Amino acid sequence: MAIDYKNLSDRELIYGQKSCPGCGATIAVRLALKILGERTFVCLPACCVSATTNVYPETSFFVNNVVTAFPATGSTLAGMAAAAEMQGLEDVVILGVAGDGGTADIGLQALSGLCERNDNVIYLCYDNEAYMNTGIQRSSSTPWGAWTTTSPVGGTAKGETKIRKNLFDIIAAHRVPYCATASTSYPRDFMEKIAKAKNIRGARFIHIQAPCPTGWGYPAEKTIEYGRLAVESGLWYLAEYENGEVKLNLHPPKFKPVEFYLKGQHRFRHLTEEDYKVIEDQRDQEWALLEKKIKS
Amino acid sequence: MKSGTKPGLNRDYRLPASEGEMIFGTGDVTGNLTAVNSGWRTFRPVIDGGKCVRCLLCWVYCPDGVIGKEEKDLTVDYDYCKGCGICAHECPRAAISMVREVS
Repeated sequence: MAIDYKNLSDRELIYGQKSCPGCGATIAVRLALKILGERTFVCLPACCVSATTNVYPETSFFVNNVVTAFPATGSTLAGMAAAAEMQGLEDVVILGVAGDGGTADIGLQALSGLCERNDNVIYLCYDNEAYMNTGIQRSSSTPWGAWTTTSPVGGTAKGETKIRKNLFDIIAAHRVPYCATASTSYPRDFMEKIAKAKNIRGARFIHIQAPCPTGWGYPAEKTIEYGRLAVESGLWYLAEYENGEVKLNLHPPKFKPVEFYLKGQHRFRHLTEEDYKVIEDQRDQEWALLEKKIKS
Repeated sequence: MKSGTKPGLNRDYRLPASEGEMIFGTGDVTGNLTAVNSGWRTFRPVIDGGKCVRCLLCWVYCPDGVIGKEEKDLTVDYDYCKGCGICAHECPRAAISMVREVS
């Protein structure tokens, strides 16, 4: 389905929220709601989006939304989908929005159950690569070498020591009807994926990288630039899993050097040339695995 | 330059006067804006209608959705613009300039 910006509604369904200037997560939620429309019921765990939209007495969502416990996004969504089915609501979309911590660490068990039962919901995970809402603590989605308050730099410590979890592979292994990765810097690709997911029944999962100026340490106007550099340097990929097949939406013909992406960010400023090599090797291994999946 | 289609500040809202008036939960309605975000801003985006070709990249990338496309020229809702500068940085025609706010 082709998306034309001219035909999209000018009506905002998330507005006036108190997120940081240049927030990538807000872009993701705003564009998703543009496609899904006002018959959407949103479920949020503790995350940046719930903390910035529901500041008493203000509510910045213009659709119904429920804020649930941190590990309970998947189970709350399953309940909402069951309730919608019991009441015979055919035209509604049940949307879960959670951060990377609430999806890959704390909410993983409930999400796995949701995918196994194949409940009729869309789960949107915006990945800002740490627990940003509580003040930049590492999550299992934090990339290797990144500084956070719980993966500090100094002495012998050089930031995050573990390789990030591949959430796309985890969810695809549940054999869900639809699973995809996206980036806020590629809005047309993202909105097409949301539009595709809207027309599929069952558990649908979209993992979107949402750069965070506060946590990553770059000027607010460069959110889109860094998201694009992540894709161009191969550190993030845009892929889809559907009918048992993995499809790549964008294959950069030649990767940009990772320095372009890493150098401007405060969280990577301690990295040296050798560290860039390590990150490039990790990237090449990840792409080799991905390409094997595409061919078979 | 207030865009007509954007939600606005709820000027009639009053905080509950007593415990009896309070509701359970974070809000009693969806979409209740009780404060503006314009105080967050150091620079404001100004769109040059002559240079703009309506590619709508600023409209799609704006995190706060303050750019309106209903009228002939694109509009900015300065009540809720936080001045992040994404629109000016991403504009391919350099039609948006960031102007310092003066008090």
